[in-house]
Amino acid sequence: MSLRNSVAVIFFLLIAIFFVFSAFITHPFGEFNNENSPEMDQYIIDNTQNETGADNGVTSVVFDYRGFDTLGEATVLFTAVAGVIILFRRLKK
Amino acid sequence: MSGMSRIVKTVTNITFPLVLIYGLYVIAHGHLTPGGGFQGGAVVASGLAMILVAYGSVWTMKKINEKHLSALESLGALGFIGLAFLGLIFGTWFFNNYLVGNEILFGEIGRGAANIYTAGVIPLMNFAVGLKVIAGLFAIVLVMAYATRLKEGK
Repeated sequence: MSLRNSVAVIFFLLIAIFFVFSAFITHPFGEFNNENSPEMDQYIIDNTQNETGADNGVTSVVFDYRGFDTLGEATVLFTAVAGVIILFRRLKK
Repeated sequence: MSGMSRIVKTVTNITFPLVLIYGLYVIAHGHLTPGGGFQGGAVVASGLAMILVAYGSVWTMKKINEKHLSALESLGALGFIGLAFLGLIFGTWFFNNYLVGNEILFGEIGRGAANIYTAGVIPLMNFAVGLKVIAGLFAIVLVMAYATRLKEGK
C-alpha cells in the first residue's frame, strides 16, 4: 500500500467516524420539546396554517418562511441554464 | 425520419399526457399535497425529455426553439421575484404573504380540508417556479442533445 492510499484510508475512516457519531448526537425522530430539539419545529407545526394559510407545511416553509433560500435555488438553476446555453452556443452552427 | 422506432414513439404518445397531467397536478396542488414547483417541474421536464429521446433532437428543435424556452424561464424568474417585491409594496417585507386573509385571490386559510383556494401567494409562486423549472431543465436537455447530434453527424 502506497503512501497516498494509506492517507486516503485514514481520511476516509475519520470522515466515517465523524458521520457515525454525529448520527448518534441528533435528536430522536418524531420527538419534540426535549432539550435537543429547537423550538422552531414546534412553532412551525403550530402556526403554519394560521399564518400562511397553506395545509402543506413544507411548502409554506419553502415559499414563505424561507423564501430567500428558494430565491437562491432559482438563481442556481438560472445560472446553470445560462451557462449550458452559452457553452453549447457554437456547436449549433 | 429521425428518432427511435415506432414502438417507442407510440408508447411515448400514450404516456406523455399522463406524465404532463401528473406534473401539472403536483405544481397546482403544491400548497396542499407533497410536492411543489420544483418537483412538478422536474416531472414535466422529464416527460418532455422522453419526447426528445423518442423523436430525436432535430425534430424537437424544429418544433420549439431554445430561445423561447429561455424567454419562458426568464418569465418564471421575473414572476417569482415580482411576487416577492409586491409583498414589499402591498405588505410590509420582502416575501410577505400579503394575500392571506384578504378576499382577493387565494385568500382563504386552509383548515386541513384540502381547499385549493388558500395560501395566498404560495400557489402563484409555485406556478412561477414550475414554469421556470420546466423551461430551464428542458432547455438544458434540448441544447445538449442537439449539440451531440451535430458531433455524431460529422
